[in-house]
Amino acid sequence: MTRRQRRLTLIGSALAAVALAVALVLISLKDSIVFFNSPTDLVEKHIAAGQRMRLGGLVKEGSLWRGENLAIRFALTDGNHEVTVAYRGQLPDLFREGQGVVAEGAIDRSGMFQADTILAKHDERYMPREVADALKKQGHWQGETIKTDTTAPRRTLQ
Amino acid sequence: MIAELGHYALVLALGLALVQASVPMLGARRNDPVLMGVGGSTALAQFAFVAIAFGALIASYVRSDFSVVNVFENSHSAKPLIYKITGVWGNHEGSMLLWVFILALFGALVAAFGRNLPGRLKARVLGVQAWIAVAFELFILLTSNPFLRIPDAPVEGRDLNPILQDPGLAIHPPMLYLGYVGLSISFSFAIAALIEGRIDAAWARWVRPWTLLAWIFLTLGIAMGSYWAYYTLGWGGWWFWDPVENASFMPWLTATALLHSALVMEKRDALKVWTILLAILAFSLSLIGTFLVRSGVLTSVHAFASDPMRGVFILAILVVFIGGALVLFALRAPVLKQGGLFAPISREGSLVLNNLFLVCACGTVFVGTLYPLALEALTGEKISVGAPFFNGTFGPLFVPILIAVPFGPLLAWKRGDLLGAAQRLITAAAIAAVTIAVVFAVSPGGPVLAPFGIGLAFFVMAGALTEIVERTGVLKLPFASALARARGLPRSTWGGMLAHFGLGIAVLGIIGETQWSVEELRELEPGQSVSIRQYVLTLEGTTTRPGPNYRELAARFAVQRNRSLIGFMEPAKRDFPSRETSTTETALMRRGLSQIYVSLGELKPDGSVGVRIYYKPLVLLIWLGPVAMAMGGALSLSDRRLRVGAPKPARSKTALAPAE
Repeated sequence: MTRRQRRLTLIGSALAAVALAVALVLISLKDSIVFFNSPTDLVEKHIAAGQRMRLGGLVKEGSLWRGENLAIRFALTDGNHEVTVAYRGQLPDLFREGQGVVAEGAIDRSGMFQADTILAKHDERYMPREVADALKKQGHWQGETIKTDTTAPRRTLQ
Repeated sequence: MIAELGHYALVLALGLALVQASVPMLGARRNDPVLMGVGGSTALAQFAFVAIAFGALIASYVRSDFSVVNVFENSHSAKPLIYKITGVWGNHEGSMLLWVFILALFGALVAAFGRNLPGRLKARVLGVQAWIAVAFELFILLTSNPFLRIPDAPVEGRDLNPILQDPGLAIHPPMLYLGYVGLSISFSFAIAALIEGRIDAAWARWVRPWTLLAWIFLTLGIAMGSYWAYYTLGWGGWWFWDPVENASFMPWLTATALLHSALVMEKRDALKVWTILLAILAFSLSLIGTFLVRSGVLTSVHAFASDPMRGVFILAILVVFIGGALVLFALRAPVLKQGGLFAPISREGSLVLNNLFLVCACGTVFVGTLYPLALEALTGEKISVGAPFFNGTFGPLFVPILIAVPFGPLLAWKRGDLLGAAQRLITAAAIAAVTIAVVFAVSPGGPVLAPFGIGLAFFVMAGALTEIVERTGVLKLPFASALARARGLPRSTWGGMLAHFGLGIAVLGIIGETQWSVEELRELEPGQSVSIRQYVLTLEGTTTRPGPNYRELAARFAVQRNRSLIGFMEPAKRDFPSRETSTTETALMRRGLSQIYVSLGELKPDGSVGVRIYYKPLVLLIWLGPVAMAMGGALSLSDRRLRVGAPKPARSKTALAPAE
């Protein structure tokens, strides 16, 4: 092999690997991305049943219902609209009524959201970022009351 | 008083870092040995003062001094001592101090053990290391000071986030930081070489042990974090492709590529520019990881800090260091003398292939991690990129690497013989084929690709052993002479073999767990039982009992196999009144390399309790693999050739003895 051929092989294989990676990324991005919606989006956008997505909002106070065999239902609200979410399994430790959660799944024909994953990825001080933004958009942001007294000592220092 | 001492020590460390950042650089430029010598002493002194600052914060935690804001927010007097100490880095300010502590530690290590480095290179490496230190010490002092006081000290602290009250916190963050902050050294070496405008095989020999050291800790840190998430979150998962996990995984992929390309550079004086670029990229990805985790740009399992001001500051550090390094690279790389080219089928060629795929795999993780953030920033559209994306991109790109791994060490440098290597791998391939057939026979109707995955794992493991079998001649020569040859093999060969073998182990565990894991979700009353695989778990009852700073609800399960009792499992749910949060304490029972996993849900008023039970086959291999990889790294690191560098007269052997 000449020097030129060697260089070409090297560059060629590099391009092939990169092309493979790009192709895989594009294919996967098309198929496996999940969009985030608030209950209001759900009503306004007329999303088809069976379309996978994430739904975020506050768990409505007093709406949590536990049935037989770990069946769970609760209402998810953003202040304007609410959606009933059905789930089977254990809720995360940080799940509380009145707090923000994100449910992943799809809406069924009867309009109920069938979740296979419930995320409450925050501690008691924080909201999931998407939920906070969605609530702000709906004008129901109460961030200051949700953030508890943690910031108090810092304020006295400033 | 102690907090003020710590604060003062940190300011002094910043002062020393400023000296270390400028004087040795100037010395290297003027070729003045006195000025260059300043680098070593300031690096050691800077480390000492950062250590004092870090020690002062630990002392404030141990003494539960709630007049310090950071202690008040993250500690509690009733907390066990170990969590008082680990709580130091369980929050933003403290973990940044740990970051800087490890940065200074690596600088000090180079100062203390880099005696065989040329003076100018060493001075510049320490100088660059100090630039990073200046940036991050300023960051702490200006935006994240852990030593702030509260005028009226509260009587009790707010306690550490209960999820973090776990021995995992004692090991995972320090290990991880030793890894990805340790990569700063490779970065400093690369920048120093670019400033110098000269780079040779010796450079690779000096930079490799430091990269290897960081890589070992990064490997262990990631594995430890994965195991911690596995047993503490109660979802039975061990890797979530969470941005925070990706933040540590991307530097790992790049560092792995760097280790392999530095090998080519050291042995063959080729791939120089590429190696430099990888060293820059590895640490740049560490910085990006720090930005992702510390700026509050994402909210995830690990996000326990957020503040926009900090985000902007870290972003500025990021832009200056990564941008600066890449500009310097663009200016200087053409000046560096290019190494020779080589045949595509050769040891070098296989290492290039490894690098290509590792970097491409890292690229897909990068896209998957940052694309949602970029999209939201640009269009406001919110999406999530989850496991399906990563499995669909990272998986296919990793398969060629796994197939190629056994070939690499069997190919000769310069010009390899692919057919010869393939012939020598026939046994390994046969073992893989038999495994595939056996798996198909044992679990018919299972996932189709899984047996091939298992076969691939066996191919990687058997391939690693093939190299050793070949080189010792254990099957051809008498045992005694094979043993002698085994002793004669360099430790780096054994290390490489073990690391590749570990990779095979990890793949085996990953395939086993993901394809054959069984889950049972039930609601049980005392006396009822669940069967999973060949095990029967019976709920005996539930109790509530107090802990040091929590109350826990524990359930007791009797585990039976073939109607004979093999043990008890006690999953629990803990309530922490100080934070009004609860955590899940899973119960694990090891069965060979597999585990039974039980996590507890809600207790209903009627006494029944929700449980989630898994049988996870081969799950332990997922973490034993990385442990074997890290041991391989350590073995390689102990190779004298790596540490001593170029051959030296006999006299230097005694001089270096203490380093043994």
